Amino acid sequence: MKVLRRLAVGTLILWLILPLIPLAIWSFAKGWRFPALLPQEFTLNAWHIALSDRAGVLQSLWITGAIAAIATVLAILIGVPAGRALGQHRFRGKSAVQALIIAPLIVPGLAVALGLHAVFLHLGLTNSFTGVVLVHLIPTLPYMIIIMTGIFANHDTRFEAQARTLGATSYQTFRHITLPAILPGIIVGGLFCFLVSWSQYILTLLIGGGRVQTLPLLLFSFATSGRNDLTGAIALIYILPGILILILTARHLTGTHPALAGLAHK
Amino acid sequence: MTPRLRLFLMLAPAVAVIGLLFGGGLMVALMRSFNYMPVIGLTDPNLQAYARVLTNPDFLLSFLLTFHIAFTSTIIAALIAIAATLLIRATRTGRGIITFLFQLNLTIPHIVGAIGILYLFSQSGTFARLAHATHLIARPADFPALVFDPAAIGIILHYVWKEVPFIGLIVLAQMQTIGTDHEATARSLGATPWQAFRHALLPLLLPGITAASVICFAFAFGAYEIPAVLGASYPQALPVLAYRSFTDVDLASRPDAMAMAIIITIISAALIWAYTRALHAMVRG
Repeated sequence: MKVLRRLAVGTLILWLILPLIPLAIWSFAKGWRFPALLPQEFTLNAWHIALSDRAGVLQSLWITGAIAAIATVLAILIGVPAGRALGQHRFRGKSAVQALIIAPLIVPGLAVALGLHAVFLHLGLTNSFTGVVLVHLIPTLPYMIIIMTGIFANHDTRFEAQARTLGATSYQTFRHITLPAILPGIIVGGLFCFLVSWSQYILTLLIGGGRVQTLPLLLFSFATSGRNDLTGAIALIYILPGILILILTARHLTGTHPALAGLAHK
Repeated sequence: MTPRLRLFLMLAPAVAVIGLLFGGGLMVALMRSFNYMPVIGLTDPNLQAYARVLTNPDFLLSFLLTFHIAFTSTIIAALIAIAATLLIRATRTGRGIITFLFQLNLTIPHIVGAIGILYLFSQSGTFARLAHATHLIARPADFPALVFDPAAIGIILHYVWKEVPFIGLIVLAQMQTIGTDHEATARSLGATPWQAFRHALLPLLLPGITAASVICFAFAFGAYEIPAVLGASYPQALPVLAYRSFTDVDLASRPDAMAMAIIITIISAALIWAYTRALHAMVRG
């Protein structure tokens, strides 16, 4: 029984990392043809190309990061006040507002992006960086609001009231009382938003029209053109921020966290 | 500033952004699916696109394929996730590693997993090479088609890989909250371990499992990049079919793409609604 259990645990661990193994090996492989189990020769060639800008990887890295960073900042600026309203106040129409905020997380993005394409075309936002940033707000903003709603629901407002009675202005109260209390939530929520934007594929493809070449788009084109070595190297570069963010936020990640759905699905 | 005005100002930007981008995008897609687009002179809404799409055998085949992908992968993932969490609960060694790998898996974008599955299961991939090394096959073509295959096995393998950690983490968190008291009571009353699990623990886990499964199903039903990497050229998954008609050189097929996207949306929304209703009914008993 114990042996069987160990075997099952081992199989599960292997299965969880299995798809990453060929990607890692390919990134160091030179002409790894069937039926060789391992490459005959190892080389850093793919990594040299990926990191030298010949393949456009560095530019894509920069574009993907910039889009994710701007979308995250916008999501924080818009999401924090909304989270406060939803976490601390009861008002008429609250459930309708909550439904509107959750809807983009469960409705597939394809229909929305196809419709937005027509609108953005008229506004001159298709094939543009700005257009892609805007469309990335659809999956990121709801997460920020949901996370901040949770943070504010547990936020004690008595300290703020006390600061105000002691003569603090509303800015001073926010800066010295509210912000330090909610900052951990903003950071974790922001990192999740960054990752959600970082992982987008179809929204970027449709609105960016292939002109805004983010890393997943580049990865797709190398994967379908049969450059397995470069695909492996780009894939490993692409998953790195997620791993870093996981290590940074590990203790905040539990199964009940609403942001989990975002990581898995957007 | 009155409290009501303050509340309005806090919510207005969020509601405006989501309403305009999400709601607006959906509205325009709906209008275009009816071939209604006043700005370019189309002022007569009609149902032609839906009629074309729904009578097209390719669409119906794609629909069945997409349903099969979403349904099969979700069921398999949910079953493995439950088994995996029970296993993790029973072992001390490996528990930390598996929990970490579950979380790690969540951060990996779908397209990376899909390409990994491609390199593992293609006819010249890792498993084909292992089969050759053990003399099971002589040529790549002897290896069963597990990717680009009409049964969408590769796509399902990817979703199972990606959804087991997602459902698993939710079940793990629930197990921690529930504790072992219910099962211990059942056991002390003479239940077998299976009976204790089946009648004491599982009913408590079911709402969480169902909710997670619905999210997985809706995602698998509407996702583009995974079937684009791993799918057969015929039949294609619905999102791929919709995208291809949208980018078709013939602009007249755009309303068809919109109609397909709307159908995907309606189906996901209807399923989510049905599941949440069932869930409420179950919770109330």
